[in-house]
Amino acid sequence: MTAIFIHPLTGFVGKTFVITEFELRKLRHDFTELITRALQPALWLLIFGEVFSRSGMMHTGNLPYLDFIAPGILAQSVLFVAIFYGINVIWERDLGIVQKFLVSPTPRAALVLGKGFSAGIRSLSQTVIVYSLSLLLGVKLNGSPLALLNVLIIVVLAATLFSTFSLIIACIVKTRERFMGVGQVLTMPLFFASNAIYPTDIMPGWLKVISHLNPLTYVVDALRTFMLADSTSTFGLDIDYAVILLTTILLVFIGARLYPRLAT
Amino acid sequence: MSDIVLEIKNLTRRFGAFTAVDSLTLSVNAGEVFGLLGSNGAGKTTTIKMLTTLLPPSSGEARVTGFSITTQAVGVRRAIGYVPQAVSVDGSLTGYENLLIFAKLYDLPHREQQARIREALEFMGLTADGGRLVGEYSGGMVRRLEIAQATLHRPKVLFLDEPTVGLDPIARDAVWKHLIDLRANYGTTLFFTTHYLEEAECHCERIAIMHLGKVAALGTCKELEASLGSGHTLNNVFVHYAGTALDSGGNFRDVSAERATAQRLG
Repeated sequence: MTAIFIHPLTGFVGKTFVITEFELRKLRHDFTELITRALQPALWLLIFGEVFSRSGMMHTGNLPYLDFIAPGILAQSVLFVAIFYGINVIWERDLGIVQKFLVSPTPRAALVLGKGFSAGIRSLSQTVIVYSLSLLLGVKLNGSPLALLNVLIIVVLAATLFSTFSLIIACIVKTRERFMGVGQVLTMPLFFASNAIYPTDIMPGWLKVISHLNPLTYVVDALRTFMLADSTSTFGLDIDYAVILLTTILLVFIGARLYPRLAT
Repeated sequence: MSDIVLEIKNLTRRFGAFTAVDSLTLSVNAGEVFGLLGSNGAGKTTTIKMLTTLLPPSSGEARVTGFSITTQAVGVRRAIGYVPQAVSVDGSLTGYENLLIFAKLYDLPHREQQARIREALEFMGLTADGGRLVGEYSGGMVRRLEIAQATLHRPKVLFLDEPTVGLDPIARDAVWKHLIDLRANYGTTLFFTTHYLEEAECHCERIAIMHLGKVAALGTCKELEASLGSGHTLNNVFVHYAGTALDSGGNFRDVSAERATAQRLG
């Protein structure tokens, strides 16, 4: 029985990828999800973005408004899809799937991170959509492969972060009805208290403070820096990465502690 | 001593003021088919959840193949298989994929995985359906796949919570035939709960009837029938030991979960 003596860390990483792999295999059997994800960012960019761009009401420094919000809409789209990820977990709990995974010797953190990671990879579809629309609308994008790679990493991390947050909510509320309520209550404040569609400079002081505690702000800042041809980071990319990574790790840790509650 | 795979001592679980399992003490031998009977809310599912490490006990202890459920949970998890009452395979994956993920999660050696999966599908009579989406399976096939999934790593003890709920008599017989074969081939101990008395009568070596969180009666089917005097059936035994608070057990969530399961399988 050599299998029992697998190193905990390689075991954890391996199991995380097993969970991710099978979450992604489900996509193969149902493609519609990837298409419905395209709709919201298209509306925001084509309608909201166009109208506010024409009005000239938003002062976004040297960036045209459409350029300014393109990365913001990508971040928003990632948030809006990821924040409802927990509903799947509640569904799997009402069946007996969560219980069966919890009875297996898989590390709890691998179950949580594996699911989050699969949500991360799914959001790459929104990246493709927002990039296509941006090209169409004449947003000046940064085409360097390194910048693109960084955008992909930030998107995957951001979706992992917010879907894990969603999973934590699911572990606490446990029912679909309550979950939908809490999800609705959370999305708009997270979105509005960020720099996604307006700069934090024009916010009142109290909102500015809140926006600086909001991980979405750092996601948007990093995306804006990497995605656009001439944009500089407000907080510094090292700070952006540090906030996103540390928040994700913290949430996975909390999620791993709470996940077994779903079986009780 | 080495013959006992499951040893439960004063196992207790409280939910607030309600005691779901009250100082349960039992032991089960290796290779035994052990049935836990009782009306809704008697504490059967709570007992199984504690033994499978899903729910920590309020007090007391249990050892599964020598591992403590409270301090050696990972050891217990490697030694057992679990078929929950609700549907536990994923309808959006194929039968083969449902098995492959568990082969990987249980660290089956890479070169053995395919052979084990093939064997498990064959054993459960699902060879022809391995490549189909589980969402298209019939209820009996779903249950057999769940058993295949729960036994892929050859557990010493298999816990089944109402394995035949919602199945028609033909599918029930097929599930039991496979379970009995499983024990004959691999010596797997079967610990299960059921509402169907005739199932317990046909297949169990010993039965425990639970009532209000306690073991009200324990023994072979014949012993239990004889305990009431001559001419009694298991049905009489059940009513005698578990019938005083009939229809008082189970809450809305239990009942709706059970009916949902029955509906999905049936």
